[in-house]
Amino acid sequence: MSLLFAILFYVAAAVFVGGLAYKIVDFARTPAPLKIPTTPAPISTPGVAFRMFREVVFFESLFKGNLWIWALGAAFHFGLALVLVRHLRYFLEPVPALIAFAQPFGMYAGFMMAAGLAGLWARRFLVERIRYISTYSDHLMLALLLTIAATGLGMKFVMHTDVIGVKAFFLGLMAFDIQPLPAHPGLYIHLACVALLMLVFPFSKLLHAPGIFFSPTRNQTDNPREARHLAPWAAKLEKN
Amino acid sequence: MAGPEIKAPALREFPTVPALQPDATADVKCWVASEKIQEPLGFPGKLADDWQETHDRAIGRMGELLDKYRSLKVFMDACVHCGACTDKCHYFIGTGDPKNMPVARQDLMRSVYRRYFTPAGKMFPQLVGARDLTREVLDEWYSYYWQCSECRRCSVFCPYGIDTAEITMAGREILDAVGYGQKYSNEIIGKVHRVGNNLGLPGPALIDTLSGLEEDVKDDTGCDVRYPVDEKGAEVLLVTPSADFFAEPHIESTIGYGKVFHAAGISWTFSSMASEAGNFGMFIGNYDQLHKIAQRVRQAALELGVKRIVVGECGHAWRVAYAFWNTLTGIGAGANDPFAVELQKQLDPRYKQPAHICEVTWDLIQQGRLKFDKSANDHRIVTFHDSCNVARGSRMGDYAGGQFDIPRHIIKAVANKFHDMAPETIGERTFCCGGGGGVLTDELMDIRVKGALPRMEALQRVVDDNGVNFMATICAICKAQFSKVLPYYGFKSGMVGGVHQLVSTAIQLGNEQ
Repeated sequence: MSLLFAILFYVAAAVFVGGLAYKIVDFARTPAPLKIPTTPAPISTPGVAFRMFREVVFFESLFKGNLWIWALGAAFHFGLALVLVRHLRYFLEPVPALIAFAQPFGMYAGFMMAAGLAGLWARRFLVERIRYISTYSDHLMLALLLTIAATGLGMKFVMHTDVIGVKAFFLGLMAFDIQPLPAHPGLYIHLACVALLMLVFPFSKLLHAPGIFFSPTRNQTDNPREARHLAPWAAKLEKN
Repeated sequence: MAGPEIKAPALREFPTVPALQPDATADVKCWVASEKIQEPLGFPGKLADDWQETHDRAIGRMGELLDKYRSLKVFMDACVHCGACTDKCHYFIGTGDPKNMPVARQDLMRSVYRRYFTPAGKMFPQLVGARDLTREVLDEWYSYYWQCSECRRCSVFCPYGIDTAEITMAGREILDAVGYGQKYSNEIIGKVHRVGNNLGLPGPALIDTLSGLEEDVKDDTGCDVRYPVDEKGAEVLLVTPSADFFAEPHIESTIGYGKVFHAAGISWTFSSMASEAGNFGMFIGNYDQLHKIAQRVRQAALELGVKRIVVGECGHAWRVAYAFWNTLTGIGAGANDPFAVELQKQLDPRYKQPAHICEVTWDLIQQGRLKFDKSANDHRIVTFHDSCNVARGSRMGDYAGGQFDIPRHIIKAVANKFHDMAPETIGERTFCCGGGGGVLTDELMDIRVKGALPRMEALQRVVDDNGVNFMATICAICKAQFSKVLPYYGFKSGMVGGVHQLVSTAIQLGNEQ
């Protein structure tokens, strides 16, 4: 079983990093021939950086758009962020003070994450418009994330696992020295789902994470009259 | 004409999200362009007899667009179906048709994208909502990509900035590439290439119309306000939508432009070569057409030797001028390539190039170079409709949001009574008039009327609360659309007019007693 999970994580990590790198390079290489920021837009580069910061950290546009989705989405994403920080303790030895400090917050963030996900999923059933646009994969993605959250919380509060053993397994994995993974059904489900999430990441709507950084309506400076913006393929038209 | 009577939906006292009415507007379709319209633009005349050929051509074009436009590529991948946009489109609000929800309109294409361009859609189409491109899908695209006015309202609220307008443009471009073009837009583009403007008004007729206008203004004011065409050596080239030359109420603003230049002592001219500010190349998402139409303005500016280029009251035209002209034609600043520098060294760097007529007028007002009798507008209680493409696709002045303030500053400088509509219906959240982006054609009247619903509701409130009797706007399409649609909602057609119509009424030309 330890070997199986080790292989699974090596493959998942490779697909995750490779697939994501491919998509990011693809986004970056594709030209944006016209200036299309959604205005009013910042007229300077620091302004754009600040707009992106507000979008990525506070979900500013979503806040304008729908408070329910914003609140649930924020609960999930901030919860997830804290949980990820908390999980760094499984990969770092010694554990940095800041991450040790974040442990209790990360614990409760797990509940916030699960509550956000449950709320978002409920909307897919309860709100007619959102039911209409939901695909099977939208439901499955939420099921996957909720399973990860639930098994994680389960191992913390209901049926403990040998966290020392888990840490040894992952530290070993990073050193290409496979250690035994504690036998625990919750842990198996938890880790299998995380690996699956990593595997589907580059092929799914989870691409919204890198995508936002390349969104021309958000990352362009509103200065078309002051600077000439020309994509390489568009410049060729002038030569004809 | 036979067919169901078009009726305006009832105004709602408390606007709520409508219940879904699947396929409510599936059959609302605009006329398809004939071979005679398609072929001169370089598009196939009609759909190929063999479906496979059409299919391959459509998928091929889609692949090319995905490589050319980062917007399309990112927007196809990034949507998480969160639903924030679902209640933001005026066509959805007016019709209840779920395919008019921005995300669903995008998914018409995203489903095909997934099937042909992503591993998940190739392997598990049902799971991820992917589908083959069939004739039915293509027909659906034709219906719903011509029920979008490319107003960008949805893009304001999307957490990833997904702009349905970009997807609509790509959809229309693919439809054109397979010979399934829209008559209205493509016919107009043909006219621009042949005659110089959307309305097909030839140079001599233009000169004739404008000399008639000079006489009318002389009779009204006693002043020799000029409306010149093709005058070499003029300082300003004014490029305006061709509706401004004779349509009502557009012409009232044209009179105003001339009065502003007259009062400020600025020499200016129209051009018969560039007698159109509108650029329907944007509506159909075709870069070549966008580029070719814009070149007429560059050519006119070079031939006439003007120092400044100013754009009249038109929404999408201003977006194209403001955001795209520097890219397309070099009208702007900051270039270092010979093509653009040729023009930019001719243009006066002290002014914004191009400038909006409202920027020009507001600058002159601030310099004290225009005098007004505000009481001349006292019979009007004014509100202002922000045109979508000005609001969300452009800017005026030196700071973000100047496009909202400058027209209002002008109105307040020339009229005493002004009331804004509800904040969630103006500024960056403004609703489209319902006729923009290539849907201003009679056979789409049904969705044009329904799409105007949110704006009509906001207008009704200021009519009731403040007695508003004049809705000013700075877009030729808004003016034409509202003139037709206002009566469906029980308003007078003449309630809509231009900002420079108000300027025209109040301006003092220096010969007053």
